[in-house]
Amino acid sequence: MNKVVNGADEAIRDIGDGMTLMLGGFGLCGLPEKCIAALVKKGVKELTCISNNAGVDDFGIGLMLKQRQVKKMISSYVGENAEFERQLLSGELEVELIPQGTLATRCMAAGYGMPAIFTPAGIGTEVAEGKEVRNFNGKDYLMEMAFNADFAIVKAWKGDTMGNLVYRSTARNFNPVMAMAGKVTIAEVEELVEPGELDPDHIHTPGIYVHRIFQGENYEKRIEQRTVRKK
Amino acid sequence: MLDKEGIAKRIAKEIKDGYYVNLGIGIPTLVANYIPEGIDVVLQSENGLLGMGPFPFEGEEDPDMINAGKQTITTLPGSAIFDSAMSFGMIRAKKVNLTILGAMEVSENGDIANWKIPGKMVKGMGGAMDLVASAENIIVAMQHVNKAGESKLLPNCSLPLTGVNCVKKIVTELAVLDVLPDGGFKLLERAPGVSVEEIKKATSGKLVIEGEIPEMVF
Repeated sequence: MNKVVNGADEAIRDIGDGMTLMLGGFGLCGLPEKCIAALVKKGVKELTCISNNAGVDDFGIGLMLKQRQVKKMISSYVGENAEFERQLLSGELEVELIPQGTLATRCMAAGYGMPAIFTPAGIGTEVAEGKEVRNFNGKDYLMEMAFNADFAIVKAWKGDTMGNLVYRSTARNFNPVMAMAGKVTIAEVEELVEPGELDPDHIHTPGIYVHRIFQGENYEKRIEQRTVRKK
Repeated sequence: MLDKEGIAKRIAKEIKDGYYVNLGIGIPTLVANYIPEGIDVVLQSENGLLGMGPFPFEGEEDPDMINAGKQTITTLPGSAIFDSAMSFGMIRAKKVNLTILGAMEVSENGDIANWKIPGKMVKGMGGAMDLVASAENIIVAMQHVNKAGESKLLPNCSLPLTGVNCVKKIVTELAVLDVLPDGGFKLLERAPGVSVEEIKKATSGKLVIEGEIPEMVF
């Protein structure tokens, strides 16, 4: 049950061209930045990336976009990235924009072994085009399919060698639902500990969902909008 | 006429004790600054937080603690953190009492458009489609007319929709209006110094005016 790999390069060793990846994070918060750096270094191409956002021009998935490694993005909000917008408007990049709750719940469905979910989000909008609509108790719902991803790549605060994960603050976001949803799940953590060091009552992602884990060094954890008040 | 702060201040009066509230980006965020004394509310941030506190003091920013606008924030005693699926679960299950968001257009039957201008702006809907599809109490905070001087309160939205038949109330720099169940904007209040005529001129959708329209009181 030891799932520890040597680092990001080893963790992503068999990610190849054309695969579908889930990447945790909300904006730049809780981003698997070590695996993203390794994917950029490896130069895999034609990727389909499922992630709430597309990073900024010089951080996060933005780094992969800049190198033209992404064929298709599935996201809910992509507003902070000029290169992304350029590739989208010029038709170089395929983009599927979906409601944020739909994105999260399609991940959850995959992790819970459910083929589809029903949600009212998008009813009456272009999101509903071509999708099955069902009426329950007088209200319309869209059928949305569970995601099918080759790899899920997540970032946690702490993890043990068996793959149990604990997240910190709002860096949790999409990470637990994506961790449950990959055929292979890779977790990078700030602190890797031995089994028994994490309280079983406090585990957010049970290790059964995690296939590979490693400790990343020197996390940059960039802040997108630094807002403060005076003392 | 109200400025953005004024719109936020007027909307804050709609918040009741015990409410869980989701505030969108822009003017809605400002509403947090005007929640009346003695009213106990919990702010939900859809990236996974209930109990959003103020911005951190300088030097105490935590990159792991942000709101849905990606701003650094703090928690409060009693805050709770959860994942994105649960966050939208509580929204879908109507546990959030009030949703306040911005809009580019609202139609007289309560449709809202706020996520896309074809060929020009493609940022995405974020959590807005989930929020408007499930929330029972939606207030829109926006300018009455766009930068070109055209009304944003329309018979029908021209931009791609975010949701249908969902907006209940609108607060602009000119007025407070209800969206009637059978269609139409019912004028409830005028902003200080604004005449009914001015509101009529700025509203292209069906405007319902009954009796004297009082001026807003803060």
